[in-house]
Amino acid sequence: MSLTNFTIAEASAKLRAKEFSALELTEAYLKAIENARSLNAYIVTTPEKARDMAKVSDAKLAKGQGGALEGIPLGIKDLFATKGVHTQACSHILDGFKPGYESTVTQNLWDAGAVMLGKLNMDEFAMGSSNETSCYGPVSNPWRRKNSNTSLVPGGSSGGSASAVAAHLCAAATATDTGGSIRQPAAFTGTVGIKPTYGRVSRWGTVAFASSLDQAGPIARDVRDAAIMLKAMASVDPKDTTSINLPIPDYEAAIGKSIKGLRVGIPKEYRPSGLSSEINALWDKGAKWLKEQGAEIVEISLPHTKYALPAYYIVAPAEASSNLARYDGVRYGLRIAGDDLIDTYEKTRAAGFGREVQRRVLVGTYVLSAGYYDAYYVKAQKVRTLIKRDFDDAWNKVDVVLTPATPSPAFAPGEITDPVEMYLNDIFTVTVNMAGLPGIAVPAGLSESGLPLGLQLIGKPFDEETLFRTAYAIEQAAGRFTAPQWW
Amino acid sequence: MDSEKRIADKQDWIKGATGDWEIIIGLEVHAQVLAKSKLFSGASAEYGGAPNDHVSFVDAAMPGMLPVINEFCVEQAVRTGLGLKAQINEVSVFDRKNYFYPDLPQGYQISQYKQPIVGEGVVSVDLEEGKSISIGVERLHLEQDAGKSLHDQHPAMSYVDLNRSGCALMEIVSRPDMRSADEAKAYVTKLRQIMRYLGTCDGNMEQGSMRADVNVSVRKPGAPFGTRCEIKNVNSIRFMGQAIDYEARRQIGILEDGGKIDQETRLYDAKKGETRSMRSKEEAHDYRYFPDPDLLPLKLDPRRIAEIKASLPELPDEKRARFVASYGLSRYDAAVLVVEQSSAGFFEDVAQGRDGKLSANWVINELFGRLNKEGKSVETSPVSARQLGGLVDLISAGTINGKIAKDVFELLWTEGGEPAQIVETRGLVQVTDMAAIEKAVDEIISVNPDKVEAVKAKPSMLGWFVGQVMKTTGGKANPQTVSDLLKKKLAIT
Repeated sequence: MSLTNFTIAEASAKLRAKEFSALELTEAYLKAIENARSLNAYIVTTPEKARDMAKVSDAKLAKGQGGALEGIPLGIKDLFATKGVHTQACSHILDGFKPGYESTVTQNLWDAGAVMLGKLNMDEFAMGSSNETSCYGPVSNPWRRKNSNTSLVPGGSSGGSASAVAAHLCAAATATDTGGSIRQPAAFTGTVGIKPTYGRVSRWGTVAFASSLDQAGPIARDVRDAAIMLKAMASVDPKDTTSINLPIPDYEAAIGKSIKGLRVGIPKEYRPSGLSSEINALWDKGAKWLKEQGAEIVEISLPHTKYALPAYYIVAPAEASSNLARYDGVRYGLRIAGDDLIDTYEKTRAAGFGREVQRRVLVGTYVLSAGYYDAYYVKAQKVRTLIKRDFDDAWNKVDVVLTPATPSPAFAPGEITDPVEMYLNDIFTVTVNMAGLPGIAVPAGLSESGLPLGLQLIGKPFDEETLFRTAYAIEQAAGRFTAPQWW
Repeated sequence: MDSEKRIADKQDWIKGATGDWEIIIGLEVHAQVLAKSKLFSGASAEYGGAPNDHVSFVDAAMPGMLPVINEFCVEQAVRTGLGLKAQINEVSVFDRKNYFYPDLPQGYQISQYKQPIVGEGVVSVDLEEGKSISIGVERLHLEQDAGKSLHDQHPAMSYVDLNRSGCALMEIVSRPDMRSADEAKAYVTKLRQIMRYLGTCDGNMEQGSMRADVNVSVRKPGAPFGTRCEIKNVNSIRFMGQAIDYEARRQIGILEDGGKIDQETRLYDAKKGETRSMRSKEEAHDYRYFPDPDLLPLKLDPRRIAEIKASLPELPDEKRARFVASYGLSRYDAAVLVVEQSSAGFFEDVAQGRDGKLSANWVINELFGRLNKEGKSVETSPVSARQLGGLVDLISAGTINGKIAKDVFELLWTEGGEPAQIVETRGLVQVTDMAAIEKAVDEIISVNPDKVEAVKAKPSMLGWFVGQVMKTTGGKANPQTVSDLLKKKLAIT
């Protein structure tokens, strides 16, 4: 059995028991990555750095020291700044960019003893739901439909993270979620992904997409690993004034606690008429499992849900249009010299940004323009307030909300070409970002075609513990899902 | 206050071919906050340095960098707002003002748009002849400065220096309450004085710490406001006056030729002494303002505002009023003394326990006169307040007269020393021995019989006699005593 098969919890115990070294574990992952080039999950590997870090971990472990992730090899989404290492948000506009700083999240992980394997593929600037917008090409999902050789997307934007975790190319991965970019790929790959409460994890050093929605979190193989990872990633950061000064609980301690008496809300608005029967069935099954373990199932209403997606596609592009203005070819990254300044801007940004990024920059610029601002941006912010209020009301009746994570299992590249149809992938996830709440996607079964399907749990602000506890209950009932290796 | 209603003084009207015109002026003054570090990054805000010496990752807008508000800059803005007698807003919001330019690394300036930190205030401005007017302040907001493009470093390329990028600016927006270049100049001078008192801006226009966007329009006296043009980035008070006068005449010329004013942004060319168009209204940017999602609304604790208020120094207007009331000074003299905190402080050191008016005369006429002549300041004055005070004591006690005092001042300036000692060792003490004075008077009368005749016909010639007596006593006699005695002896009434 390969060392790459161990979860973080298992590997940590074995490292401390000296069953194998951090360097051996790291080498196993580096070999697995080499063997899985066809998945295109990694865009850059940092084997030398990985070995150096592993050796440091081994020295610490030998002395009985080390942090919570000592010697654990991780993959890092290309959105996180890693000092001296390729950081491009999978965009040509950042060609050649190596930051002189380390993001707070990754620094926290290194401080906890983790080992960096490399940078993971993603949708360009985290804009996409299929990892097809990356300038490094699409990522393949380790899962395939039954009796099919068709490659499938791993979801997005954290497609590289999800694929790498599902294919055991890292023990866990960092990811980010602006409208579903952790939870949807986690659901597509049979992994666990949590988007914590806005403000729980520092955004400093993470390339910004939509500042009021962006939040980093882990994608891991199981609920326990996700809890271990989030604990290490989260921090109160004076460099990010939107990070919240609250103590970080021991999330792992919530795993295995009883859900007896837990009130689980089922929002009726999350059952649109076109929802497939297998998703409906999965959802019912999830509720049944929780009920069997002593939870109380309560039907609730989140009446403004239907406005969430359109409002999201105003707020997110608006912020993105401004956040991406700094990529102008003046100081770093790509520059296509033009006849004059404006020409240089236009040529650089036309060549540097892909179609989806350009589309969102244009939409965002439009909705912020004089004469449209009130009709779009202000209105969308009002919707956001109403969505938050929906949840505030719900928390009077329930402790956690259960929904499907995605409206379908993974699809094939090129299968969805209409941008709006692509945006519908986020239908169950965007509300959580709009309300700033924590949400976790946990595998709950396989589709008829043999692909993983996920359920989503939504929690109260800063109540990630309830999410872990409840997700673990689902995981216990559903079991874990591992993709058969074909690569 | 209704800005539109105020009509310019007739002396400020401009004669045109079709009658009189008045100028309407509103100012947006950009004042760099006096602070060690920038508004949203820890980088140094110091002036100068090699290009790009004071640039953090935040200032260079590296991917993933986030702004963190500099609390000290916030307090400086509050201090300034309180100094302008303005409303301090307990909640204000930072917005992004989006536009592309190489000296603007983020592609947006963090500013305050709808909810500034400071609301309405008022500045009292003194004009000549003791007249004073009130200029309304609409708002004060905090924003980031931009960097600087350097076009003279390379034949084909421009360079960018980001040292100033991200430095804190206060934009102070006035109401259109000024009606002449002189009023505008006086307003900016007063703003600068207040901020220097508060220590919130050094007001150094040569280094760019203060600059103004000047909105100018013209109208027939009392008519509704006309269309305005904005003259950008005027960096000296003198140029501002010139730009306003030029721009007003340009607009009057157009209107009198039957044309209309296009709302536009203009630049003042100090070399040519004219304004020229920079961009029209149609070319104006759509800044796409929206609240900066990286920054939470700025909330001020009312207790902290009260603390800052309590810690404000005495401001120029109050200081001047106090000088008039407690030292018996004229408003003019008091105003001269309070121009700078240091000069006012120097005066108070001199006047402490002494005659206020006499002290003011010596500080203003002798000391300031000499300092100005020699390009020195109160801080570098060779004569200290203690020395000047000693001199005033000698005058008040009648130990020396005014003329001798000037000589002593000269000695203090050039050689230093203690005034009493100088007077003592040089034998400059006023002659109070009446017998000696009388002897000198008698002597002059006796050797000048022709002059004695003449003075009887023309009493104003008495001055000649006084002068002669002073000469023989080495200037040490009291001229008044001499004069009285001469009058008596010569029987002049």
